[in-house]
Amino acid sequence: MTDSSLVLYGQTIAYTCYAIVIILVIAWFGFVVTRKGKGNKVSKTLFYSFVTMLVILGVSLHIVTFNTIPWVSMDLDRKNIQADQVFDITMENHQFILPQEKFVINCGEKVMFNVTSNDLTYGFGLFRKDNSMMFQMQVVPGHVNDILWEFNENGIYTIRSTEYSGPKGHQMIIKDVVHVIGCE
Amino acid sequence: MSYIKTLMNGEQSIFNPRKLTPMQRITLRFVVVGVLYYGLAAIEGMIMRIYQIEPITFLGSDHYFAILTAHPLVGIFGSTYLIVFGAFLFVVPFMMKKPLWSIKLANATFWLITIGTFVFWFSGFLTHYAPLYTLYWPLPADFNQFDPLSGAFFITGIAIVMLGTVFFVINIFKTIAYTPEGWEKQPSGALLADAIGYSGLRNMFRKKTKQKEHLVDIPVAAIARGTVDTALNAGIILFTGVLILVYMVAAIMGYDLKTTVIDALLYKNWFWWGLDLIADGLVLIFVAGTWYLLAMMITGRKIFMQNIARAALLVELIVSWTVWSHHLLSDQAQPGILKIISGEFVTAFELITQGLAFFVTLATLWLARPLKMTNELKFLLGGLLGFGLAVPAGIMQADIGLNRILHNTQWIMGPHVHVAILVGLTMTLYAAIYLLFPIVTNGAKLYSQKLANFHFWAHLIGGIGMGAFMGMAGLQGMLRRTIYYEGEFNLYMILAGICGLLLLLAFFAFLYNIIMSVGINGLLGIFRPSPNKTKDLLPAETE
Ligand code: HEM
Repeated sequence: MTDSSLVLYGQTIAYTCYAIVIILVIAWFGFVVTRKGKGNKVSKTLFYSFVTMLVILGVSLHIVTFNTIPWVSMDLDRKNIQADQVFDITMENHQFILPQEKFVINCGEKVMFNVTSNDLTYGFGLFRKDNSMMFQMQVVPGHVNDILWEFNENGIYTIRSTEYSGPKGHQMIIKDVVHVIGCE
Repeated sequence: MSYIKTLMNGEQSIFNPRKLTPMQRITLRFVVVGVLYYGLAAIEGMIMRIYQIEPITFLGSDHYFAILTAHPLVGIFGSTYLIVFGAFLFVVPFMMKKPLWSIKLANATFWLITIGTFVFWFSGFLTHYAPLYTLYWPLPADFNQFDPLSGAFFITGIAIVMLGTVFFVINIFKTIAYTPEGWEKQPSGALLADAIGYSGLRNMFRKKTKQKEHLVDIPVAAIARGTVDTALNAGIILFTGVLILVYMVAAIMGYDLKTTVIDALLYKNWFWWGLDLIADGLVLIFVAGTWYLLAMMITGRKIFMQNIARAALLVELIVSWTVWSHHLLSDQAQPGILKIISGEFVTAFELITQGLAFFVTLATLWLARPLKMTNELKFLLGGLLGFGLAVPAGIMQADIGLNRILHNTQWIMGPHVHVAILVGLTMTLYAAIYLLFPIVTNGAKLYSQKLANFHFWAHLIGGIGMGAFMGMAGLQGMLRRTIYYEGEFNLYMILAGICGLLLLLAFFAFLYNIIMSVGINGLLGIFRPSPNKTKDLLPAETE
């Protein structure tokens, strides 16, 4: 499965380019709107083309990501996918309660993290050594909070609560719990 | 000596608060207190900015999270609500050329929001009640972490603000529909239908010759549309507040009510439904309305493609009621169908409706070329750019795939939230303030154009820069609502801190410029009772 850092990289490039363009467009507009110009007209075709472009962009974004980001379809269909390993984790009293000290995952395995909260709303995320985030989900009490993830890169990952659960919960971190091994 | 004179009496001693009508006076009160609360939110923001570079030892983490709880609420209720409500309570009668339905009610709105904001801010400051504005269940009723009495004060403050909001809603709709004394009977139903966008929609399907004349101008239509969301939002927040208060009062009386009675996910759905009416309904629509108002007043022309713009406001009404699930894309128990339809596809409509407002405003300005680069035009362009940046950032995070790696990171807080609020919304509001300033002050002169220019550039660069550096940290994994003790993201946080400082300097430049324009005596004068009792908006001689 594509690593989430690659998707983020693509997003960063796309958004940065867009941001530069829109800043330049407004700067250009601010400049020309103060000058006398030929043909003070705005064609309706331009208007309708602009709206059509927005519709296409808004809708196609999700179709493109559905077809290119591998965890989307897996997430929506996770009930029907057989996981190679399941880790049941409990969160209570601002603590993680883990079924074992270390989670060892073999390369290419699909792993289900099934997280239950016995009191507050928390979050659950996996983080790389450089503090970047692999994925996260919310952990809501009274509900099943499960996420299926496929691991294709060796690494040691840290678990951290990604949602604020009061001042007592602001350092819910367990370092280096998840070990992915066996990738080339 | 002349400096002291200007400081006391304002630029060229033009501003005279005794000449203000009660309507001008009340509008100025709203705006002045709103601007001061903005300053408070900005100072709190700056304290947090410093904390994110180096956690300040004398300020414990409890206090940090109390600031994080109060900061957005002071910003939205204390500042944005006051400035927007004050401006709209003036603009609606101004555009409809009839008096406000009730000045008393407007005064009540002003006092309730001012006092309510102080109450929740002060109780958070003293007691560190810190469930954050999202109030995820059962955190606000977690009495292992928070004292129920302090929480009760906090929630009461919010409830007082909501009461003021309800009074604003009543005043706006009554003003649109009512018949002032001695006037010919007004067509209330038709006025309201036009105001919420229904007539614009019908006109789109009528031949040009059969299209009905609009009874209300498009900015009033936008204000009315946003006010519907304001009302619904106040209902949800009040309801939730009462629910939380029940738990608090029970705890104070020694009863321990079970929090599991309330389903945390269902609660999150309804609360986000309500909260989102502020973000995606009220802010986007009120802002669009203000853009139209500014474009009309700057150019003296009608809005380009106004029937479509009006109908889009109605579409946005439905859209804003059905997009809340984009806040629950990382909640695994949330039904997938809701994530796809409400979270992704209906949300994409916001790109369309806001994009349309963006285009229509620019086109209206374009048609009036050449324009003078006034303060209001500059800030309007800044506001347009803010939303041009922040709305697409929001559309990206409202995607099931991307949300998995963006949710709860600084990306959401930077390029989306702060760019939308500080660059998009606040610059739009500043544009309106610069435009309305001479009208509501009977021609007071701005003290310094240089300071206004500094205000513009420092705010624009600070706002976009802070958003960008927070975004970069977010993309590297930095979470929101989190304290990092080991300087993990220091480079970005220092850069964001410098931009935060620019924002703060911009604010002080603006505040100083306004004080020097109207003088300290003038500023105090607007809080004294009005010697004249007219219901007119402007004094007779300046009309
Ligand atoms: C003007 C200078 C401002 C600065 C320097 C600033 C800074 C900050 C900082 C550092 C955070 C904490 C982010 C985190 O969770 O790590 C934050 C959160 C936030 N701010 Fe601001 N801010 C400013 C203005 C505003 C205004 C005017 C508003 C609203 C009108 C606002 C709305 C918010 C919201 C909604 C949050 C998120 C709170 C939460 O996560 O519960 N900010 N701000």
